[in-house]
Amino acid sequence: MSIIVDKINYIYEQGTNLERQALKDVSFVIEKGEFIGLIGHTGSGKSTLIQHLNGLYKATSGHIYYDEQDIYDKNYNLRDLRNKVGLVFQYPEHQLFENTIFKDVCFGPKNQGLSKQECEIRAFESLRLVGLDENLYYHSPFDLSGGQKRRVAIAGVLAMQPEVLILDEPTAGLDPRGRDEIFAILKRLREEKNITIILVSHSMEDVAAHVDRIMVMDDGILKYDDTPRNIFKHYKELEKIGLAAPQVTYIMQDIKEAGFNVRTDAITIEEAKKSILETI
Amino acid sequence: MSIVKAKNLTFEYIRRDEEGNVESINKAIDDLNIEIEEGQFVAVLGHNGSGKSTFAKHLNVLVSPTEGSVWVDGMNTLEHENTLQIRQRAGMVFQNPDNQMICTVVDEEVGFGPENIGVPENEIWERVEKSLKSVGMYEYRNANPTKLSGGQKQRIAIAGIVAMKPKCIILDEPTAMLDPNGRKEVLKVLHELNEQEKVTIILITHYMEEVIEADKVFVIHEGKLQMQGTPREIFSQVERLKEYRLDVPQVTELAYELRKEGLDIRPGILYSNELISELKRIKEERNVDNSR
Repeated sequence: MSIIVDKINYIYEQGTNLERQALKDVSFVIEKGEFIGLIGHTGSGKSTLIQHLNGLYKATSGHIYYDEQDIYDKNYNLRDLRNKVGLVFQYPEHQLFENTIFKDVCFGPKNQGLSKQECEIRAFESLRLVGLDENLYYHSPFDLSGGQKRRVAIAGVLAMQPEVLILDEPTAGLDPRGRDEIFAILKRLREEKNITIILVSHSMEDVAAHVDRIMVMDDGILKYDDTPRNIFKHYKELEKIGLAAPQVTYIMQDIKEAGFNVRTDAITIEEAKKSILETI
Repeated sequence: MSIVKAKNLTFEYIRRDEEGNVESINKAIDDLNIEIEEGQFVAVLGHNGSGKSTFAKHLNVLVSPTEGSVWVDGMNTLEHENTLQIRQRAGMVFQNPDNQMICTVVDEEVGFGPENIGVPENEIWERVEKSLKSVGMYEYRNANPTKLSGGQKQRIAIAGIVAMKPKCIILDEPTAMLDPNGRKEVLKVLHELNEQEKVTIILITHYMEEVIEADKVFVIHEGKLQMQGTPREIFSQVERLKEYRLDVPQVTELAYELRKEGLDIRPGILYSNELISELKRIKEERNVDNSR
C-alpha cells in the first residue's frame, strides 16, 4: 500500500465570514511500513489532515490516492478505505461502551459484516497485540485503569485489521510507564504486522525516540518532512511555531557551549550518553 | 501554617448491584497523611489510578472521606456548612479545557465564578480584569474562548479560578493536552501566581520536567504517600520512581545513565549546568591521573 497526497486544500465554512483555510497545498507520499510522527501546535492542521487520510473529510481541492486509486473517484468505496486506515482518536477510551472488554473489541469487525467466529479470532489477536492480561477479557472495560482502557480502545481499531494506523495523541494523560507500554505495542505492530503508523504527538521526546520520519504542520502548511535528526536541527524555527527540540538536545548544546566536543544533534538519551562517553 | 492537611484519609469506591448489595470495594486512598504549607508550589506525582486525582477531589469537596479527615485552610471538609467557603478558597482546574468552558466571551467566562458566589457587579469586572492580566490574557477579553489555543484556554480556566480569589489552586494534569508552548505558558502563569500573589499551587502532572521548580514533591502510590521531599531528593531515586511507574527529567536520566557507565556523577542532577560542572570535575580528575 502507499498513500499519495497531492496538493490538498481544505477550507472550513467556505463562503461564510468564519471561512478559514485549515490545509494549504499539502503534498506527501507515505510508503508501507513507515513510522511517522506528525507534530504541530494546536490548530496547525494536524487533526484536519489525518481525517482526510481515511476520507472523513473531503479536500476542497487536490487528490489523495490510496494504492494508486483516487479516493475521490465516485466509484471508490470509502467504507473500504476506512477499514484499511484505522483512526484512534484522542482519549479513545471515552468510546468504550460494551459490558465486556471482549465484546467491545468485537464491535468493529462485527460492523464490517464478519462472522461471529472471525470477529472473535480477531478480538483475541488484537487483545494479545496490546498485551492485555487474558483474565481481564470478560471484565467490564470500565473496571480498568486509564492505560488499560486505552489499550482496549486501540485493540478495537486493530480488530478491523487496518493497513495503516493513525493515532491522535495516544499517550496524553498516561503515566510514564503507560506511555512506554503504548510505544511497545506500536513497535510490536510494526515487527509482527508491518503496519504503517502515523502518530500525532505533542511530546518531542517521544517522537525523537520512536519514529523514522517527522512531518511538521504549521498554519495549514506542511513545513518540514524529514528524519527526526534533521527536523530537530531546525529547533529555533520549531520554537517560533510553538514546538521545541527534545530536552536532551538542549542539554547537549549547553554541554558543547561549556567546551566539550559533544554531538549537538543527539536527540535521544542513548545517543547523548554515547557521545559524552566518547568525549570525556 | 498548613493550607491542606489530610489525616488517616481513606476513600473507597463502593460498587453495588441492582439490589444495593456491595459488589466490590476499591480503596482509592489508603490511610493517607499529607500536609501542604501555605504559599508553596507543590507537585503531586503518581501513576494512573494511584489515587492522586481522588485526593485532589477531596480538597474541593467533590468527594468526602470514607474514613479520616481533610482540612482546607483549617476547615474540615466533612462539615457541610464549610463546603462553599472551601470551594472559594481552593479552586480546581482540570485536564481538558474544552470541558470547562461555558460562555461565548472570555470575560464572561472569567466572571462566571465570582458572579456565582455573589460578588457585587462592579467588583466582578475589577476581578475579571485583574485575573485576566495575571494570566496574560487581558487582550483576549472579548474573544470567543472556543477559538483560542489549548494553552490559552487553560489560562482562561485558571483566570476563572483566580477571579474567585482562592488561597489555593489545584490543577489536575492541566498540560496533558497542550503543545510544548502551551505547556510553557501554563507553567509560567502558575509560578507567577505563586510568587506574586502568594497563591498555593498544587500541580498534579505526568510531565517530570514540570516538577523541577516545585518547592516540594509528593509521590502517591496505591493510595498511600510513598515519598515526599524536594525535587532533588525525589529525583535522586530513579529506580524507586520507575517502580512506581514514574520517570525523571531527561537531564536526570542522562546523568543517571552516565553514572551507570562508571562516571562519578552525583545523583539528583536537575539542570544542565549541574551536569556540566560534574563533567568538568571528572575530566580534570582524569587529566591529573593521566599526567601522573
